[in-house]
Amino acid sequence: MTRVRRWLPGLLLVMPSIIAIAVFVYGMLGWNFRLAMTDRHDEISEGSFVGLENFVTLWDQKRWGISVDHAIVFTVVFVGGALALGWLLAFLMEKGIRGEGTFRAVYLFPMAISFVATGVVWRWLMNSGQDERAVGLNRLFDSLGLDFLQWEWFRNPDWGMAAMAIPAIWQMSGYVMALFLAGFRGVPEDLREAARVDGCTEWQVYRHIVLPLLRPVTLSALIILGHISLKVFDLIVAVSGKQIITDVPAVFMWVAVFDSHDPAKGATIASYIVLAVSVFVIPYLVWTLRKERRP
Amino acid sequence: MRRRWMAAVAVTVAGLLTLTACGDGGGAAQTPQAGGEKKVEVFSWWTGPGEADGLKAMKEIFEKQNPGLTFFDAAVAGGSGDKARALLATKLQADTPPDTFQGHAGAELQGYIKAGDLEPVNSLYDELKLKEVFPEQLVDQISVQGQIYSVPVNIHRSNVMWFNPAVLKEAGVTEVPKTIEEFVAALEKVKKTGKIPLSIGSEWTMVHLLESVLLGSLGTEAYNQLWTAGSDWSGPAMTKALNDFKTVLSYAGDPADDWQPAAKQVADGEAAFTIMGDWAYGYFHNPPDGGLGKKSKTDFDWAPSPGTGGTFMWLSDSFTLPKGAPNRAGALAWLKVAASKEGQDAFNPKKGSIPARKDADTSLYTDYLADALKDWGSDKLAGSIQHGVTVNDAWRVSINEAVGLFHADKDVAALQAALAEAAKNSGQ
Repeated sequence: MTRVRRWLPGLLLVMPSIIAIAVFVYGMLGWNFRLAMTDRHDEISEGSFVGLENFVTLWDQKRWGISVDHAIVFTVVFVGGALALGWLLAFLMEKGIRGEGTFRAVYLFPMAISFVATGVVWRWLMNSGQDERAVGLNRLFDSLGLDFLQWEWFRNPDWGMAAMAIPAIWQMSGYVMALFLAGFRGVPEDLREAARVDGCTEWQVYRHIVLPLLRPVTLSALIILGHISLKVFDLIVAVSGKQIITDVPAVFMWVAVFDSHDPAKGATIASYIVLAVSVFVIPYLVWTLRKERRP
Repeated sequence: MRRRWMAAVAVTVAGLLTLTACGDGGGAAQTPQAGGEKKVEVFSWWTGPGEADGLKAMKEIFEKQNPGLTFFDAAVAGGSGDKARALLATKLQADTPPDTFQGHAGAELQGYIKAGDLEPVNSLYDELKLKEVFPEQLVDQISVQGQIYSVPVNIHRSNVMWFNPAVLKEAGVTEVPKTIEEFVAALEKVKKTGKIPLSIGSEWTMVHLLESVLLGSLGTEAYNQLWTAGSDWSGPAMTKALNDFKTVLSYAGDPADDWQPAAKQVADGEAAFTIMGDWAYGYFHNPPDGGLGKKSKTDFDWAPSPGTGGTFMWLSDSFTLPKGAPNRAGALAWLKVAASKEGQDAFNPKKGSIPARKDADTSLYTDYLADALKDWGSDKLAGSIQHGVTVNDAWRVSINEAVGLFHADKDVAALQAALAEAAKNSGQ
C-alpha cells in the first residue's frame, strides 16, 4: 500500500497528458501511416491496403523530386547559416562588450515573430524586380551603386531556396546565439586559464578547449534547426504561396490533401516528413538518454 | 501524504473535465442554432470590398422577402476561397454542412457531387423557369448527366486582354492584336522599346494565360471538345497551341507576386499587355485603396484575348443545396433570391461582374461591364480551366503542376505529355 502511495499520485498527475499524447500524437501518427498504405486517392472511397506502393510511386513524380531537392538546399543553407551566424554573434558577445543585455534582446527579438509575419516582410524585401523596377533589397543595392548584387532571390531556378533560407536565418540565428552564449559561459574559466598558462594563444584556447566543450550545445542547435527546416511550411507559403519554384514537401502535402483531394498521397508525404525528422531526432534522444543514465 | 493524494486526483479530474468541455463547446459553437429564429447559414468567401457589399445587398432583399428568416453570414476571408474550401471540407466530412455554400459552377463541384454532399436543384430550375433565362450553353456546361447542382449568381470573363494604349502607341502597334500571330508581332514591337511586353504574376496566372492561348489557338469548338470523351490532348493541334504558349510566355516579364502587381505594371506604363480575368477591371478602375483609379479607354483598355473574339470564356460563382442542410427551406429561399433578376442586379454591379441571367437591367452596367453583358448575350461560350468550370480540383492541380514545371524547363513535349496524362487520369 505504501508503495502504491508512492507512485500512484505522480502517475495520476501525468495521466491526462499521457492520454492526450497517446491519442493526439501517436494515435494520429499511426492513423496517418495506415492511411498512407491505402489507395484512398479521393475523399469518398474507403481505400484498401496496398502496402508501400504509395511510398514508391511518389518518387516517380517530378514534383516530389523537386520538393525534396528544395528541402535539402533549404536545410543546408538555413542550418549552416544560422549556426555560423549564431556562433559568431555569441563569440562577439562573449568578449564582454558594453550593453550586452541590449544586444542580446535585439538579436533574440526576431524569434518572437511568427514565420508568417517574417515571410510577408521578406516577400517584399526579396522582390525580384531589378533596376528601375527594383523594390526592397534590390532597390537598396541599386541606390548604393551595388547593382551587381541584384538578383531574382527566391525566383532563381537554381538557388532560389537558398534565398528562401535567408529570412529563416535572420529569425533563428539570435536563438542559436543564446544557446551558444550559455555554452560559452559554461566553459570554466580555470580551464582557459590553465591553457593560457601552458602557452596557448587565444585562438588555440578556442580551438582546443572551448569548441570541444560546445559540442553538446551545437548538437542541440542542429537538431532544433534541422527539424524546423524539414517541416517548413508557413514561411514558404507566406513568401511565395504554393508555387513549384519554391515547393517543399510540407507545401506539396497541403496541395495533395486540400487541392487534389488525395488523402493517401498527402499521408504518404506526411510520413516521409516524419521519417526525415526522426532521422534527426532519434539519434539525439538515444544520445541524451545514454548520457543521463551515466552517473 | 494524504493531501498530495487529493491534490493529484483533483488535478486529474479537472484536466479531464477541461478536455471534455472543450469538445462540447467547440461543437456547439460551430453550428448555428436550428429552430428559434430561423437562421439560414450562407457560406461564402465574399469578404473583400465590392463583393461583401454585393452580398449585403442580396441579404437585404432576402430578409425583406422572407420575414421569418434571418441571414447568417458564414463568410471566410481569402480570395479564390482556398481557406474557405478547406474549412468547408471539414464541415462536410463531419456532416454539419452550412445551409448553402458558394462554389465555382461547373466541374469544381464534382467532388461534392460524387461524395453525395449536394442535392440537385432541377426542380428549382423548373419552378423558376431558369432554363429560359440562363444561356442554353451555360445550362449545358453546368449539367452533370442531366442534373444541375448549383445556381449561378454572377459571371466573370476569363479571356480578357488588358493593355496600355500609350505603351502600344509608343511601340508603333496601331491595331489591337486579334490573332495569336498579330499578338506575337505586337509583343515583339514592344520588346524593342525596352518595356515589358506581357506582365505576369504567380504560377496560377500562367495557367490563366494558358487557357486563353489554348482557346485562341485551338478555336472554340476544339477547346470545348477537350473536356468531352472525344478529346485529343496528344495531337498536332495541341502541340501547335502549346508552342504558341511557349512563344507568348517568352515575352513575359519577371513574374510579379500576384495578378495585381502584374496588372499594375500595365497601368503604370511599364508593361504593355496582361491577360487576366475581368475582376481586373475593378482593380484598374476603382478609386485608390480598393483600386488604381485609372481612366478606362485612355489609361487602360481591353479586348478579348487574341484569337478568342466572339467567344466568352466564363466562370461563375454559384450557390448550392447541401444534403442534410439544417434549414433546407431557408436554403431554397436563399437560392430563389440568388437566381432572381432582382437579386442578381443588386449583387453584380457592386461585385463588378455581370448577371448570369440574360434579362438583366442593362442600364445598371456601364463601361467594361456593358461590353461584357453584350458579349454574354451573343457570344459562344467556353469554360475556364483555372477557375473550376471544365476540370475538377485534382485535374486542375495536375495542370498547374505541369505548367509550373514547364516554366522552369520550357519543354513543350513534356508539358503536352503531362497534360495528356492529367486528362487520362481524370477519366477522359
